[in-house]
Amino acid sequence: MRVALMVTCINDALFPERGRAVVRLLRRLGCEVEFPQGQTCCGQPMINSGYVDQAVPPLRAFVSAFEGYDAVVAPSGSCVGSARHQHALVARRSGDASLVQRVAEVSPKVYELSEFLVDVLGVTDVGAYFPHRVTYHPTCHSLRMLGVGDRPLALLRAVRGIELVELPAADECCGFGGTFAVKNADTSVAMGSDKAHHVRSTGAEVLVAGDSSCLMHIGGLLSRQRSGVRVLHLAEVLAATEKVSV
Amino acid sequence: MTGTFVGMPAFPTAARDALADSQLRGNLARATGTIRAKRAAAVAEVPEWEALRAAGAAIKDDVLLHLEDYLVQLEASLTASGATVHWARDAAEACAIVAAVAKAHDADEVVKVKSMATQEIGLNEALAEAGIAAWETDLAELIVQLGDDLPSHILVPAIHRNRAEVREIFQRAMGTAGRPAPDGLTDEPAELAAAAREHLREKFLRAKVAVSGANFAVADSGTLVVVESEGNGRMCLTLPEVLVSVVGIEKVVPTWADLDVFLQLLPRSSTGERMNPYTSTWTGVTPGDGPQEVHVVLLDNGRTRALADQVGRQALRCIRCSACLNVCPVYSRTGGHAYGSVYPGPIGAILNPLLRGVGVDDQVDSLPYASSLCGACYDVCPVAIDIPSVLVELRSQVVDAHRGGLPGGEAAAMSAASWVFGRARRLAAAERVSGLTGRLATRLARRLPGPASAWTDARDLPTPPRESFRAWWRRTGGGGDA
Repeated sequence: MRVALMVTCINDALFPERGRAVVRLLRRLGCEVEFPQGQTCCGQPMINSGYVDQAVPPLRAFVSAFEGYDAVVAPSGSCVGSARHQHALVARRSGDASLVQRVAEVSPKVYELSEFLVDVLGVTDVGAYFPHRVTYHPTCHSLRMLGVGDRPLALLRAVRGIELVELPAADECCGFGGTFAVKNADTSVAMGSDKAHHVRSTGAEVLVAGDSSCLMHIGGLLSRQRSGVRVLHLAEVLAATEKVSV
Repeated sequence: MTGTFVGMPAFPTAARDALADSQLRGNLARATGTIRAKRAAAVAEVPEWEALRAAGAAIKDDVLLHLEDYLVQLEASLTASGATVHWARDAAEACAIVAAVAKAHDADEVVKVKSMATQEIGLNEALAEAGIAAWETDLAELIVQLGDDLPSHILVPAIHRNRAEVREIFQRAMGTAGRPAPDGLTDEPAELAAAAREHLREKFLRAKVAVSGANFAVADSGTLVVVESEGNGRMCLTLPEVLVSVVGIEKVVPTWADLDVFLQLLPRSSTGERMNPYTSTWTGVTPGDGPQEVHVVLLDNGRTRALADQVGRQALRCIRCSACLNVCPVYSRTGGHAYGSVYPGPIGAILNPLLRGVGVDDQVDSLPYASSLCGACYDVCPVAIDIPSVLVELRSQVVDAHRGGLPGGEAAAMSAASWVFGRARRLAAAERVSGLTGRLATRLARRLPGPASAWTDARDLPTPPRESFRAWWRRTGGGGDA
């Protein structure tokens, strides 16, 4: 199976260790992982800000980079949500029939990491070791746009040494929301502060989620509060072993 | 109600004031949390809920597709059953019709059933200008009216008030509007309800004209339906001699059989009850029973504009249950006033721009951005309105409406991002520059100046890495030690 890593622009530029964690994890599970060099961004920042026409060039780069693979895997519910639920709309608006066709072929093959592991590879125990007290925040787009359900939790439960504690009001949005975080900064911070409060109430050492954007927001608050809670991507925890820790 | 939403600031500014009000946030968190849990329990009891939702959406979509036919049918059946039908293009026309009916009966007051349509058109203010007092009889609307306040929730307009505040409002204002609050009134809910009951009863018994909305209008029988909890609506609908109902044109349903679906969806979504306490239905005039003169005002006021919007028209399926408000993480922190409309929350964020048109003012244009797009609203909507998708569509309309002239900072940034993301080579170059400057910036300052301060006022920024993922992959050929 030819698997392409869609690293996402935020991981590429700000959190490359999370992309490397996905590579390490998938290779350990026997996948041959490629990184198509032409990839840039899914275009969601433009689409959700109302600049749909400006999302067409990134979309062209996206389909050129990822067409032809058996599966495209991304460590993000939000970017995968955009690929599966927004790209068709952008392509239609571009008026380019061939782009519409290419999007229709690529979109269904784009998987969020936990979907790929559980549904395509059929594993929940990925052989990880992470001896820490952890709480998990299900990000909105993975939960409601993709419907990943408890796949990430099933993966985490199978990690050796982990102490998984439930996050109160887990399914409530953290308040990131892309440009919402700056356009409505006060509301965004109010939502994030409540999320950070719930995280701290669990006594967890580590907050885990499947989207770096949400983690940057919650992590930024936890760091400003000097809470001592680390934020890690699901991929980093699943990639950790007795030999390679994070 | 003498307050007004006119001139409200854009959402981010209004939200900031609301967020700073800890009393308000406490009231809201408690109230929305309670209703949210009740709704979840009431919906979980119905195994075929998703099928019901789909049925509700399908009925409404059929109505919207054939709206003209159903409205003509409704007019004919209403007329045949003795009602007088009026058509109102906008708020001013609708208010003038209601005022004219009241004047024709020399009425200087009307009693009102809780109604979103009459709030939307500012009927109370228009009647006051015509010398007619409009008395709200729903308990929460009474609290809002006596408090010279604005509603902040579709179902629970006084959700931002707690019982101590309600007691204070009753003591201070009931006497100015009729029977005063009893001496020694406490903030016990039963005592507050008893005070309202005494105050309202004399108005019910005195009024000659009542004004209502309608939750549904059945086209083939000409029946209007009001769903309520308190029984005040039943009083208004049965005691006065004259009844005027202001009904949005999207409220029509084809037959009584369709009510079967909505009378299950609405109470469970709205109050979290299996069935609402009072469902009143009336078909024109029944001789010797109830109002002997019945008027129905069919209201457009922007609905045909919304109907013309291919993506946004689904908002006209809305049955005003307010489930989306109660689950919304934005609404439950800012409250309803921040939305500057009688329709707050996620549905308000799409309905107001759809009814009024984007580009009319900054306040309306700010509403589609008043969401983190978390999708909780879509999940609970009993008629499956995809609110996040409509929000995104409306954002693109806002951007389009402001095209022309010099592009603002955001438009320039988006065009630049589009160019950079169009080619991986450009992105790689941009990452090298931003990595350097980013490391410098986070080392020098925890709080950044300018627009970036919106992030760093409360949140630390991550320190950019020395090497982007793509640079690492290229350097190691992807074969390095991941």
